[in-house]
Amino acid sequence: MVVSGMSEDQLRRRRARNLVIAAALVALVVVFYVLTIVRISGNLG
Amino acid sequence: MQESVRAGTIGVAGEVRELARDLFVLFKPGVMQLVLFTSLVALLLAPKALHPVLALVVMLALAAGAAACAAINNWYDSDIDRIMARTRRRPTAQGRIAPEEALGIGVVLAGFAVAIMGLAAGWLAAALLAATIAFYVFIYTMWLKRRTPQNIVIGGAAGALPPVVAWVAATGRIDLLPIVLFAIVFLWTPAHFWALALYRAADYGRAGVPMLPVVAGRAATARQVALYALLTVAASLVPVATGELGLAYGLVAAVAGGRLVLAALRVVRSDSDVLANRLFRFSITYLFALFAAMLLDRALGGPWVPWW
Repeated sequence: MVVSGMSEDQLRRRRARNLVIAAALVALVVVFYVLTIVRISGNLG
Repeated sequence: MQESVRAGTIGVAGEVRELARDLFVLFKPGVMQLVLFTSLVALLLAPKALHPVLALVVMLALAAGAAACAAINNWYDSDIDRIMARTRRRPTAQGRIAPEEALGIGVVLAGFAVAIMGLAAGWLAAALLAATIAFYVFIYTMWLKRRTPQNIVIGGAAGALPPVVAWVAATGRIDLLPIVLFAIVFLWTPAHFWALALYRAADYGRAGVPMLPVVAGRAATARQVALYALLTVAASLVPVATGELGLAYGLVAAVAGGRLVLAALRVVRSDSDVLANRLFRFSITYLFALFAAMLLDRALGGPWVPWW
């Protein structure tokens, strides 16, 4: 089946790529969050 | 990823696994192991301890920096990577990751690495990390690699800087010990890579990379390998002479160093790919053993006290 000019295979690859990017973004958010908490608690201490 | 190249009918989970595998290869895990291990040792040897979470973020920044260098290198070298047997399986050489995508991944990772290093450990360490990445990309990959047989000598500075970055991240300053760590990895790099180049000379020649065996011949290269092995061992003994590391480290440095020099001399005496390969593999063990011995020495209570 072809949706908006892309085959099933291409759509699946795009989904996989998007999942990897999403995971990387979540990891990035977690790193910045933890970093901020540690720095703030260090400054408070 | 280049959509036309991935074939087959695996599901999304399979695609994610394949992509993760390709990214793993793209980031040159062998080089990254070395960068992370030498940096971790520097971080642990530093007289000032970082908060464990900040230390973890520093290591993550160094890993991201190394991955950025590798990805950008894969982008720039994808043309010669296709020609060389050693590198033709890289995802950029095979078209599973487009070179431009590798460049994008590398640039984003470099920015991420410098940003989190700056936030976690200060902007001096971040600036040093940025300089290391820039040195590897612009000086080694784009300028030296295809122009001079001294490429890996000068370019080796990029691989030797991470322990200094880690030390600066922990202490905020540069002392004698991180400079010695830099010198050890810097002097070790030619002995290590020229041993590889000896048995991969035809490969480099085909790709037009002027590695020393291609330009100056095998005998001259073997002599240079022995010279750099000797210099590496000499540098490795400096921390013992200055009293920064003690007997346990000194013994490992002397014994492993002696073996490194012997392996190099064997390559000088007999022009053999097998011996060059053996030296290449031992040089990796040597560096890991040396840095592990630094930690062992410190654990045995050797810090800052001469053993004699």
